[in-house]
Amino acid sequence: MAIKTKDLIDLEFLSADEITEILETARPMKEVMRRDIKTVPALRGKTVATLFYENSTRTRLSFELAAKYLSAGTCNISSSASSVQKGESLQDTGRTLDAMGTDIIVIRHNMSGAAQLLGEAVKARVINGGDGTHAHPTQALLDMFTIIERKGKIEGQTVVILGDILHSRVARSNIWGLTKLGAHVRVCGPPTLMPKDIDKMGVEVFYDIDKALDGADVVNVLRIQMERQQKGLFPSIEEYAKNYAMTEERLNRAKKDVLIQHPGPMNRTIEIPSAVADSAQCSVEEQVTNGVACRMALMYLMSGGETLV
Amino acid sequence: MSKLLLKGGRVIDPSQAMDLVADVLIEDGKIAAVEKDIAAADAECRDVTGKIVCPGLVDIHCHLREPGLERKETIATGSRAAAAGGFTTVMPMPNTSPVADSPASIRYVRDRAEEAGVVRVYPIGAITKGSEGKELSEMSAMADAGAVAFSDDGRPVLSSRIMRLAMEYSHITGLPLIAHEEDLALVDDGDMNEGYVSTVLGLRGNPAAAEETMIARDIILVRLTGARLHIAHVSTAHGVEMIRGAKAEGLPVTAEVTPHHLTMTEEAVRGYDTNTKVNPPLRTAADVEALIEGLKEGVIDCVATDHAPHTVEDKVVEYHFAANGISGFETALPVLWTELVKEGRLSESELIDRMSCQPARIMGLPAGSLAVGHDADVTVIDPDTILAVDKNSFYSKGKNTPYHGRLLSGWPVMTIVGGRAVMENRVVKES
Repeated sequence: MAIKTKDLIDLEFLSADEITEILETARPMKEVMRRDIKTVPALRGKTVATLFYENSTRTRLSFELAAKYLSAGTCNISSSASSVQKGESLQDTGRTLDAMGTDIIVIRHNMSGAAQLLGEAVKARVINGGDGTHAHPTQALLDMFTIIERKGKIEGQTVVILGDILHSRVARSNIWGLTKLGAHVRVCGPPTLMPKDIDKMGVEVFYDIDKALDGADVVNVLRIQMERQQKGLFPSIEEYAKNYAMTEERLNRAKKDVLIQHPGPMNRTIEIPSAVADSAQCSVEEQVTNGVACRMALMYLMSGGETLV
Repeated sequence: MSKLLLKGGRVIDPSQAMDLVADVLIEDGKIAAVEKDIAAADAECRDVTGKIVCPGLVDIHCHLREPGLERKETIATGSRAAAAGGFTTVMPMPNTSPVADSPASIRYVRDRAEEAGVVRVYPIGAITKGSEGKELSEMSAMADAGAVAFSDDGRPVLSSRIMRLAMEYSHITGLPLIAHEEDLALVDDGDMNEGYVSTVLGLRGNPAAAEETMIARDIILVRLTGARLHIAHVSTAHGVEMIRGAKAEGLPVTAEVTPHHLTMTEEAVRGYDTNTKVNPPLRTAADVEALIEGLKEGVIDCVATDHAPHTVEDKVVEYHFAANGISGFETALPVLWTELVKEGRLSESELIDRMSCQPARIMGLPAGSLAVGHDADVTVIDPDTILAVDKNSFYSKGKNTPYHGRLLSGWPVMTIVGGRAVMENRVVKES
């Protein structure tokens, strides 16, 4: 089976079966990464372009390595090194990549809807590497893959997404993916960082972290941006940490086998103190590894999914 | 001069509570007779059997973009688009470049409209200089030059003090102030209605409260000043409620609603089609319901298109960066005919009243009636033929419509201004 839609905009538009297939395909991909020679010919002769309008070393590198491990040619375009700065439109940039024969374009953009806009303009298949506060489907895939590795399955797990939900594309994509696969999702954060009517996405809303953590199997701790405080969305970093940091004390009160996730980069002085970040329950480094495997799986399935390994 | 006879149509003129099959005779640019079986051998004759003949449509809120923004629209192209849409009278907003905040700019708009020679154009002047909300503009001098109302449309008059002064000052002219109600601090750079859909799309939300707090403020200021206030493009259910209350209290407040706020919800934004980006934003189904109800009851006095043409480049961008607005002249009537009349929400007569008689009445314009002796501004509507909206056939330079491809009925087939047919069979005549 392969991904049916041309573009991968968000997990919202995938079925539970499609998501499961990507996650299952990521498993052999992770095996490939453990080999001495980390390449398979699945995407030989194909070209993957990463088009990044936002700084992100981690995600760009992850996609680039995933493509290389699949034997694809890669190129990187970032906003500081292209015609983007000259005011070229997203569609024109995309069509230029199209004209040069790109097969897959991975886009990261600070505006919600940008991935869809690009997808509609180009023949290449587009993977959303994060658009504004809308979606970050590959992050959700790697978070879910990590949960399965640690917990065996998604179904029935109680997952808390903690922090700045309002501005989080990671939260939104995780909510779609996790709820489709049968997890109970709770979101927790200050009311000023909680988007309107999010309960209609099928999640429970908590403002009290201790209630949210009660009985949780997984806690996905989101990064808090300093600029949110500057814009008055909460009074101080200290008060935010007091109410919403995943502290050691809270970890000790949680289920013994609770899994702590973080999409990175971590603020060790705010939302995730080192004692928690470096604990055995925290999967931050595995998530990074799994990110490459999930992106390999996705690109493999998107380019036909036939000549594996 | 010439005589024109419209034979056999169903004449609906809410201004005279008229709805009958009759002929309409136009002579020397005036309505000469509305009777059965008029014999006028010397008149040019049009058979309009099966069509509806009504007073010319009046749009009290549109953007013709000239001067300064001619790449989006000109007074000439906008006038032709209006005629194509069945409008005989339009009121352009002053948010051009420069802003129409002086007698000279009002005269400029009138002169350009005269040259275009298609529909009647009554300019709106700015409330404050440059629409910056800081100092009152020369409203009295602009009234003398032909301005028929004042508005800083496109932006609110944020300062309550300035709005109070503008209201007090407006007693000199007696002309209405048209308020664009929006608390920019609450809007907070929002792109669409705040709610579940904005949450899912990750677009910044613009809450209904941003509009409603300003409507509340301005109703309170009308109570203080007694000024004649017209509230532009109402989009929320609670806004309708407050206007209902103000009217019950006897305050001189009127209001309008756009075709898109009557027929579309925030759900249309899914897929990030920037043609759905409009200010105020498309709201919820409950808001649409309240607006339709308000329009039927007369709490909302009339329809206004807020025709806002933009270039392709203004719209083919990320949703956040897209310009606000819908090119509305050429779809307003069929959209409402199809969605409200055919659906049984408004009668034919009620829709015509809200698109012709009421807007003319509340703005004090000499339009909106087929009474004998009135200027012969007439729209003929084909109530049944179904056609697809084709943005590429628009007379407007603005092809920005969310209705492209929509199958609609109730298309205007003739627009007569001062006795002259400026549009016939969907073709605007060269003047």
